[in-house]
Formats: sequence, structure tokens, C-alpha cells
Amino acid sequence: MTSELDIFVGNTTLIDEDVYRLWLDGYSVNDAVALRVRSGILEQTGATAGVLQSDTMDHYRTFHMLERLLHAPPKLLHQLIFQIPPSRQALLIERYYTFDEAFVREVLGKKLSKGTKKDLDDISTKTGITLKSCRRQFDNFKRVFKVVEEMRGSLVDNIQQHFLLSDRLARDYAAIVFFANNRFETGKKKLQYLSFGDFAFCAELMIQNWTLGAVGEAPTDPDSQMDDMDVDLDKEFLQDLKELKVLVADKDLLDLHKSLVCTALRGKLSVFSEMETNFKNLSRGLVNVAAKLTHNKDVRDLFVDLVEKFVEPCRSDHWPLSDVRLFLNQYSVSVHSLDGFRHQTLWDRYMGTLRGCLLRLYHD
Amino acid sequence: MPGKLKVKIVAGRHLPVMDRASDLTDAFVEVKFGNTTFKTDVYLKSLNPQWNSEWFKFEVDDEDLQDEPLQITVLDHDTYSANDAIGKVYIDIDPLLYSEAATVISGWFPIYDTIHGIRGEINVVVKVDLFNDLNRFRQSSCGVKFFCTTSIPKCYRAVVIHGFVEELVVNEDPEYQWIDRIRTPRASNEARQRLISLMSGELQRKIGLKVLEMRGNAVVGYLQCFDLEGESGLVVRAIGTACTLDKLSSPATFLPACNSPSKEMKESPFNEDPNPNPHSSGPSTPLKNQTYSFSPSKSYSRQSSSSDTDLSLTPKTGMGSGSAGKEGGPFKALLRQQTQSALEQREFPFLTLTAFPPGLLVHVGGVVSARSVKLLDRIHNPAFVGIMGNTRSYKLLDWNSFNSDEPETRDAWWAEIRQEIKSHAKALGCHAVVGYSESTSICEEVCILSASGTAAVLSPRFLQEGTVDGSLEQRVEENLPVGCGFCHIPYDELNMPFPAHLTHCYNCRKQKVPDVLFTTIDLPTDAVVIGKGCLIQARLCRLKKKAQAEANATAISNLLPFMEYEVHTQLMNKLKLKGMNALFGLRIQITVGENMLMGLASATGVYLAALPMPGGIQIAGKTPSDGSYEQHISHMQKKINDTIAKNKELYEINPPEVSEEIIGSPIPEPRQRSRLLRSQSESSDEVTELDLSHGKKDAFVLEIDDTDAMEDVHSLLTDVPPPSGFYSCNTEIMPGINNWTSEIQMFTSVRVVRLSSLNLTNQALNKNFNGLCENLLKSLYFKLRSMTPCCLCHVNFTVSLPEDELIQVTVTAVAITFDKNQALQTTKAHAEKSLQRASTDNEELLQFPLELCSDSVPSHAFPAAKEHPESASSNSGTPAAQRATSVDYSSFADRCSSWIELIKLKAQTIRRGSIKTTVTVEKASPMGDGNFRNRSAPPCAGSTVGVVKMTPLSFIPGAKITKYLGIINMFFIRETTSLREEGGVSGFLHTFIAEVFAMVRAHVAALGGNAVVSYIMKQCVFMENPSKNQAQCLINVSGDAVVFVRESDLEVMSTQQPAVNCQPTCTGEVTT
Repeated sequence: MTSELDIFVGNTTLIDEDVYRLWLDGYSVNDAVALRVRSGILEQTGATAGVLQSDTMDHYRTFHMLERLLHAPPKLLHQLIFQIPPSRQALLIERYYTFDEAFVREVLGKKLSKGTKKDLDDISTKTGITLKSCRRQFDNFKRVFKVVEEMRGSLVDNIQQHFLLSDRLARDYAAIVFFANNRFETGKKKLQYLSFGDFAFCAELMIQNWTLGAVGEAPTDPDSQMDDMDVDLDKEFLQDLKELKVLVADKDLLDLHKSLVCTALRGKLSVFSEMETNFKNLSRGLVNVAAKLTHNKDVRDLFVDLVEKFVEPCRSDHWPLSDVRLFLNQYSVSVHSLDGFRHQTLWDRYMGTLRGCLLRLYHD
Repeated sequence: MPGKLKVKIVAGRHLPVMDRASDLTDAFVEVKFGNTTFKTDVYLKSLNPQWNSEWFKFEVDDEDLQDEPLQITVLDHDTYSANDAIGKVYIDIDPLLYSEAATVISGWFPIYDTIHGIRGEINVVVKVDLFNDLNRFRQSSCGVKFFCTTSIPKCYRAVVIHGFVEELVVNEDPEYQWIDRIRTPRASNEARQRLISLMSGELQRKIGLKVLEMRGNAVVGYLQCFDLEGESGLVVRAIGTACTLDKLSSPATFLPACNSPSKEMKESPFNEDPNPNPHSSGPSTPLKNQTYSFSPSKSYSRQSSSSDTDLSLTPKTGMGSGSAGKEGGPFKALLRQQTQSALEQREFPFLTLTAFPPGLLVHVGGVVSARSVKLLDRIHNPAFVGIMGNTRSYKLLDWNSFNSDEPETRDAWWAEIRQEIKSHAKALGCHAVVGYSESTSICEEVCILSASGTAAVLSPRFLQEGTVDGSLEQRVEENLPVGCGFCHIPYDELNMPFPAHLTHCYNCRKQKVPDVLFTTIDLPTDAVVIGKGCLIQARLCRLKKKAQAEANATAISNLLPFMEYEVHTQLMNKLKLKGMNALFGLRIQITVGENMLMGLASATGVYLAALPMPGGIQIAGKTPSDGSYEQHISHMQKKINDTIAKNKELYEINPPEVSEEIIGSPIPEPRQRSRLLRSQSESSDEVTELDLSHGKKDAFVLEIDDTDAMEDVHSLLTDVPPPSGFYSCNTEIMPGINNWTSEIQMFTSVRVVRLSSLNLTNQALNKNFNGLCENLLKSLYFKLRSMTPCCLCHVNFTVSLPEDELIQVTVTAVAITFDKNQALQTTKAHAEKSLQRASTDNEELLQFPLELCSDSVPSHAFPAAKEHPESASSNSGTPAAQRATSVDYSSFADRCSSWIELIKLKAQTIRRGSIKTTVTVEKASPMGDGNFRNRSAPPCAGSTVGVVKMTPLSFIPGAKITKYLGIINMFFIRETTSLREEGGVSGFLHTFIAEVFAMVRAHVAALGGNAVVSYIMKQCVFMENPSKNQAQCLINVSGDAVVFVRESDLEVMSTQQPAVNCQPTCTGEVTT
């Protein structure tokens, strides 16, 4: 006696959260059944393996049918085929778009193209995440990217509106889209210690301060070509950053800057002497990063540069985080006292964000 | 020109991409009714077109309005080639044809294509202006209300129950051979859908006419079925119970209904005499007689031996009617005469109801059933050659001139069966059959027709218009003992139609009762039940040789009586194993396949307090010589006894010890303990003998306790009880559980298994079938485990044999959660029961609860609505005492008296409730108010989809049905030529059933409703051809669209209104 057909359809669609997770994790029906058996569900409920198999199949089928709708979450809300309570709908969407930390670190900043998709095999082996799950996550990134890429307005709002994600998740996706669009390098060995959260934090700061949307120009000039205000860095701003070079190129200015910082921090830093010796190197590093941002290639290496030029020197001298904070604050503020320097606002826009990023990036 | 239909196409959304190049669609809509078609403009390049069309107006006969569905076709405009169809929507506009129901159909409908399924949605508004019909010879029956619900719908009152109505319509099946055909699949599927839609509209209209003839205004328990006879055509048949219903409503609910002028016009034909048709000269029309003059010689039928026709003509018939005088004294006779005269005017005194207004059901005799095996042949039907245009070419009056004997043959077949049922009922001393239903099973050219019901004696109270003798009625009321009257035997004790152990009723000790009672009806609300009930199923397979035509029919006829016998044996054994003594909602389905017959009987077992305690089951070995065998037998015996004991504990069956003297039973009864083990094999032998010789099995108040085969015993013991927290029944309500919470989950589950041809023996088959059903139930319990404690209600199994080695089982049921709190449960149960009592006892009180439930005005003030159960339990003092008595009633006398107390208490509570509003004010939290506001918003307004509940039950727990919007009766075909791509058979059917649910919900929402009650999936015919990667499925569903209001919302309203608003009667608003 073999079962040819076995279905269960409820007026309210039954969603089993545990099975949903297994499905999202890309397990096959048989693997999922095995995992469920291991969870002790048979003992708890007195069910048989056959029942479990049938139940799992059924849920998988439902999820498969729902998947098409999950690709455009507003459709899930308006469709008539599955009657699902709103709270469950939200759960389905949220879980579907949730991604694995390990996975996102692999693809963050990469071009979301077919080429990358081909690498998913390797990522799957490397991270231990099933290929199926990798594909879903990658496709989610790509789908969100495609939808909001060309859109005006706030990136987070756009994502939230079109994918009905929670605020937290929408912010994460904004970071992913931002990174993918600017192709920031995140995969280098020296960046491995950074978590997705670190990057997402930086992305948010950069979106807030370094993009066109940040300046708030668009509403006054809707016909301009600034369509993707939140996704692209403000080109003009990047061009202007060259002007900061004077801070290190002009020896007097550099010395003055150094003395201002040193005077202010004397006795307040545990690593004062190291700071004093390294000041010019660090300052040169930070200003050069800014000056190089006109080239796309250097934009991509932003994080590599920040780590190389600032995080690593400080770390090798064992600066405590509090000292880094004090230093960066003073370093930024002191520029205001440099009489010969005319680009105060530019400096603040640059350094304000960079300071936040560096503090976040500065850990083991 | 009695009607104007107006349609407006508003918009579409989520349309499929029809133009690959642009990834967009140029959609337009064709609106067709009858032969008139309108088109909208083409809305270019959009998947969400906004047509916002003008009002398309159709001026049509009301006859057409009843028969024809509104057809809406969405197409993609193509300049160079033919326009591609995206999909269709069929809208049954019947609900707009009677007052009180919906006034407008407006909402998003899924656009359905038989090949692709649902493809986007379309927003449509439909209205009807109905003019007064001046034509006395009209063929329409607008205004007759239809209900699938098999009880008097809530918020209505039965004035008269007229009786049985039936009708059938036949036609050629436009496309029964679906696999190889000439037309495109889409064209043929659509032709079929359209035809069935037309036929069911026509059928409904004709039934309506019959109702008008009977001076009724509604059909309750309307059951419409399709017989896909294949080559010989398509039969659509329907049965129902004609009634005159009164809407219980306060004037406030009615006034706003007249707001629109169209509404006013619509109401006028209804408000006048329900029967303005002078054509119906009497209750029994010549027409009807005509229909039933069948000539048996014409049909190639073989009468099944399961019901012997001779029987109805032999003395037994005489006994039924003739013995009236000597049965139960003069009063009974008087009652009988009166009821009989009321019923005898009717050809078939059948009611399709399964629950009854209080006082109607006097006695229940037992289940009566009849089956007959027929050979189908082609329905010659010249009038139907032009399928679409001409369906109404024969009108009701044309039966004589109608140039075909075929529809009459089908009619004659059924008439034969019904006659049989009637005579069986007579043999049981009953003049009526209630809980009546009909079904067929078709395989190739063989068809088994089945009918079954419960023989009963009814009170004349509802059966005649105003002619009831008041004093008699009074006497009926007085004479009906509380909660056990229906168990008392209706037949003559000295001249019993079959052997049965009679005892004095354990409840009232005055009348005789049988030892077991089988019925097809729901458990009467006033029945005294001990413990809880449970689903009991008998399952059976019998192999049959493949044969052709008459040989096949003979083979089936020969098998049938054995099947029935075994099914009953199983039922009886399982009932005893559960320690119970009565079955309700019994439904026996016999399915015929190419090489086997399947029998599946489902019922809900209960322990009726009025009936004696059931005996045990004893196993007797056939060869007592062998010692080890003996041991084995005794081991089995022990197992069985253990099971009985365990079941009694599980279902809380602990009847009070009753001393023999009080019962005064003429039959010496051994003490309880010994009774458990008592063998009753002798009596069963008698029954067997009688059964075969007299063919009297249909009146099966049988007592069979023998189990002669080990397998049978094993199969008995393989039935595992549901896991803890689960109960199941196939009736509306589960005895012993009344504290339902509002969470419900209706579901359909389908399984198809392939039997390996190797093990095709009867026993292996039985085992397989048993396993299939048991596993299915286990799966359901597992799936619904998050809802526990819950009860699966109205569990409805359907078996079909689509192919040689395939068995398909379809289950539809609803899971309802309930409150664990047992104390609350019992008091509430009492409160409800006593409420019932109180309402029957006191006319003025009756008005109260009923008015409440008819209250369709959300803001209408009625404080008593929710309050009585609550206040009854919260009333200090007395309820505590009740609780005590209800938990361990030591004797029935106690219990009865406590009931009377309760009735008094209840009466007070109700009165108090109507004045005292302060009690619940504190409960009216602002949140509750907010909830209500959300809910009261029109379901289709706004962007989110409104929730539509579906349930096979006639009620929604925790809610009041305020309005019936009309019947939902939908037929869909779905087909695929890419089965693998759609996820195989499971994926295909899963999607289709989900789509069917969606379409039902959408139609209900468009009518302004928020639930479907009495939902039933009448057919789910699934065919596959995996080698061709094809599959097809036909589904037919029906139910009643309703508006319900949560009791908690009612409470909020009722408490708030008086406080905030000083004129509660004027705030009425009709929810549309």
C-alpha cells in the first residue's frame, strides 16, 4: 500500500514554525523528518514516523506554494488563496528574509550577479549552510537590491515598504544593498575579524552622511538625475574630499594639528607617547583615505585602508578603545582651531562618519 | 420584464503577465448574462488595470436570474491574433433575489482558469432591481430562501414544516472523457462548469416552485448532488425540506433595509402571500403524481436484496398504520392520527433536517435505509442537444409532453427507493423519516442508489398551518418526559418489527426503550447523555469479480446485504467496546469500484442515560479442544474487557447504579459487573437468521455481539483512541463539551493509496483500508496538536475508488478548541440546556434569546445576549449547588429536579439580564470596543483581506449569526497537463483545494458575509494520468453565507449603547 496523494488543506493555513525553519535552512524532506525525529517529537505526541513524514511533506508543499508570494511580500497580504493571520504573515516574511551571519559575510560587498551565484557552492561548503539556503539568501539580497536600487527616497523606508520587513531587518538589508552597490571589499583576511553588524553600522552612518540623500537635496530638485540618493555616495562630496589633503601636505598645518591634539590629550591617554609618535602616520592615513575616495577602486578598499592605516597601528600599540575615542574626538575637534583650514564642514561630514566607523571597527 | 441586473467592473490586480515582451498585460473584461454580452475598454499595459466601467445593465426574466450565472471573462487584448483568455468568474446572483439577504455583491473575486488556476483578482459590483411579478403563471421562484443547514437556521422561527421536496435535472455531459478529446481542455471544462451552474440554478428554481406550491417560503437542509454518469450523462438532483420560516427580528433591523428603492421593490413580492401562484390547486399537484408513475419494466435495474420490496406490501405495512390504535393508549393514537393526517397528504413524509425545533421530535424508531443497484444507460434527450441555449426548453409543466423517458427513469428509481424507506419507517411504527439523505456511487455503468434516514414520530405542531389543536399540543408538551422521550419506542411492544431487548426507560421509568439506538440525526439538545461521545467507524472491503453490465449488477446486489450486515456488526461491536449505547449521525457509504466494494460507516457514539447499559463482548472459540487456543481466546477476552473499561474511563461514562426494583424491568437483568461479560451470541444468531430470511436488516436496531473471526477482533482493537486533548465526532455538537472557545479550523484532507495487486484478499484489503483511515486520523491529530484541547466536529469521510487499485479517502471536518475548565463546562451545559427548556416552556421568554440571535444590528442594544451563560454561572449561591449536582448526580430524580430549578433560575436570569446592564459594563474595555470597530468594517474595504471563517457546522462558537446571505453552491474543474511541474498529484490537488476555499471565501466576502456555515464538499473527483503528465479534478462545495458577530462584541455593544446612546432602537444599520 503506497500513498499516491496525501494532502491537508486548512481554511486557515497551518504554519509550523519548526518545519518552516527547517525548510528555510534548506533541508530536504527526509533530512527534516530525521531532524524532527531527533527532536523527540514522536515521543511527545505519540505520532508515528509515517505521520511525521506526511506532515513534513505537507508543510513543505505549503511553503513551496507560499514562496512565490514571499518574493513580493505585499502580494502575500493581498492574495486570497491562503488565509493567514497577519501576525503569521509577518512571521513568514521576516523569517524568509532573515539571513545567516556566516553567509552574509561571504557575499557582503560582492556584486550580486550570476558570477557570485556560481560561487555559492563554495560558500555552502565553507559555511556549512545548505546550498538551498544559500541560494534563497542570495536571491533575497538580489531581489531587494533590484527593487530598491533605482528608487528615490530613504533606502530603509523603501525596503520596508516593498518587503514589509521589521525595522531591524530593513536596516540590515539597506546595508547589504549599500555595500553591494558600492562594492566595498569585506572579504580580505584582515577584515575577517569584523562582523556583519560592524559593517551594517558603518553602512548606516555612511548612508546618513555621505550619500546624496543625506544632504537632503532631492526634494527641492525632483527632476535631477539623483535617483538613487541613498544608494550611491555623493560624488561631489568625494571630489571635495581632496581638499582635505592640505591637512597632511602642509607641514605647518600638520604640526599645528599635532600639537593641538597633544596638548589637549596630555595626561589623558594611557598610550600618549605612542600617540605622539604615531600621530603623523595616523593622520596621514586618515586624510589620504579621504583624498583617494574619488576613485572607485579606492572606495571599494575603504575598509581595508581604514583597518590598515588606523586600526592595526593602534591595535599593535594596544590602545584601549577609550583612548581611541578620546583621540578621534580630539583629532576631529582640533581641526576647527586650525586657522588656515577652510573646509570645516567638509571635514566634519567626513570625520563625523569616519569616527563612528573607526570606533566600531576597533576591536579584536 | 421582472428584473434588471447591473454590473460594474471596477479594477483588476495581480494579473498574470500575458505579453512576454513587455512583461505586461492589455486586459479587458467581457460581462455575459444569458445571451447578452458587454465589454469594457482595453486597459493597456498594466497588471493592475483600473477599468472603472459604466454600469452594464441586463434586462432579464427573473427565471433567467435564477438559472443563469453571471459570467465575467478577463481577456488579454491582442491586435494580431485572437485574444487570450486570462480566466473567468462565475457569480451566482441568487442571493440578490430575496429580501433579507445580500443587497449587493461587491468585492474582489479570484479570476479562475481551469488550466492555470487562480490568476489575479477582479473587483466587481453587482446589483439587481427586481420588479413585482404580475405573471401568475410564472416559472420562477424568486424569494424562496435556501439553506444548506439541516436545522432551522438561527434567527428564524419555523412556522410550518411542510415536508420533503425533491427534483432532478438531467443533461448530456459535454465532456466526460477528459483525457482524449477534440476540444481544447479549457473549452470543455468551461462548458461543463457552465452547464452544471445552469443546471443547478434551474434545479433550485424548480425546487423553489414546489415550495411555493406547498405554501412555504424556504428550503432547509438543501442538498444538491451531481451524478457524473459518464456516457449516460449528467444528473443534478436535490432534496430538501420545505418550510415556512419567520425571521425573528426587531423592527430596527428591518427599517434600514428599505433604504434603497430597489430593495423596496424586491421585498414586495416576498412580503405578500408566499404563494401567489393560483396554479397550485392543492398540496399534492397532479404534476407530482405524474412524476412518480414509473414503470419498473423500463429500467434494467436490479433491486438490491438489501431491501426487499415485498416487504413494503406485506402485512408489515399494515402493521405500521393499522396498529396505531393499540399502541400506547388513546393519547398516542390521537397524536398519531393527527400527525399522520398531516403527513399523509405528502407523498414522502421525509425531513432532511437533523436537528429540530423543540417539541417536534416525539419518538425515534431507528435507522431506515434502502439501496438499489441500477444499470445506467444513455439519457436520450433531444431537448438537450443544444446544450446552452435551450436548457429551459422543458418547463415544469412539460413533463408529459417531454419526449424522453430518461429523466423519469431517474426519478422513478428514486421514487422506488423512497417508497421503500417509507414502508420501512411504517414497519417501525413511525410515520415520518428524519435526517433523510440520498447518495449514489457510480462505477462504469453500474450505479448504487442509497437512501437513509431515521424513522420517527413527529408532533403535529409544526406540520400543519394553524390547524393544530392547542390542547393537544399542550398534552404533547406535558407528556414528553424531559430528555428521554425520543428514545421511547414508537412501535408496538407486543408486535415488534424485529427482536430487541426492551427495558423501561432508565430516565422516566414509564415507557419502554430499546437497548441500543441508531439514528442519522444529531443528538437532540435536550437528550440526557452521560460522559462524552466519540467517533465510531466501521470499515469494510469486499472483493468482487470484474464483470460487465448485468452480471456486474447482480454480483454487487449479492454482495450488498453481506456488507451491510458486517458494517452493522462492526458498528455494534465498536459501540459496545466504547461502553456506549447509541449512535447519532450515522452515515453508511457503500462505494463501488471495478473489482471491489467498500463500506464506510461513521457515527458518533454516546451513552444515553435513558437506555440500558450495554452488554460486553464475549469471544467464543470455535474449537475449544485446543488448550493454547483457549488460552489465546481468554487473553483476547481480557484485552477486550480492559479496553471497555479503559474507554469508559476515557469518555467519562459512569452511569449511576440503578436498582432493579425501581426500573421494574420485565426482563431480568444481571448485575452490572456480570453484564459486562455476558455473552449475547444467542440473540445475535437470531438476528442473523431473521435478517437473512426477512431481509429486515434496514430496520437495524440489531444486537450482534459475536465475533467469529480473529481478524475482526484484532481490527476492533487496532482502533486507537485519539491522543489526550482530542475528541472527535461526526455530529454538530459533542456531547459533554459545551464550553467552546472561538478558535476554529476547518480543513479538508485527501489521501489516495495504491494497493499492491499481490495482496488482494478481503482480509488484506480490510487491513489496508483500516490502516488508511486510522493513519489519516492520526495525521489530523498530529497536525492540529497546537489546538488542544479541541474536538474534531462533523468529521465527514468520503471514500471513492477512482481506479482499479486506488482508494481515495476525503475528510472534511472542523477542529474547535474548548476550555479545559470542567466546572465551567458543566454549569454552562446546564445553563444552555435549561435555557432551551425555559424557552420552550415560556412563550414570552422564547422571544428573548431568539430575537437576540436574529439581531443583525451590531449597534442594537441588547444586553442579555451574552449575559445569560455568564450571569448564570456567576450568580452566587445556586450555581455552586448546580456544579455539585452536575459533577456527581447520584440519581436521575435529583437531576431532573435540579433541572427544574435551573429552569426557574434561568427564567429569572433572562428577565434580569434584559434590565441589568451594569453587570457587564466593566467588561466593555476600550480595547474590546476597538476590536469591534475593526470587525465591523466592511470585509473588502481597505487593502487587507477580511477573514472568512468556514465550518461544516451550522453555528460558529462564541458568535451569533445575525444574517443569512444566501446559499453558496459552487462547482469547479481544474486540469493540468504539466502535473510534475505543479508538484505532482499532491501539489496539484493541494493548490486546487486551496483555490476552491479562496473562491468560496471571496464570494462570501463579496456578499458582505464573514463566514460560511454548513459547509460541505460534496464531491471531489480526482483523476490522474501520470504517464501523460495529466490530472483533472472536479470539486463541488456548498454552504450558507452568513454574517456573524462575536458574542464579546455584542456584549460591548449592548453594554455601551444604553449608556452612551439613549435611543438604542434607532441605531440599526444593515451590514452589507
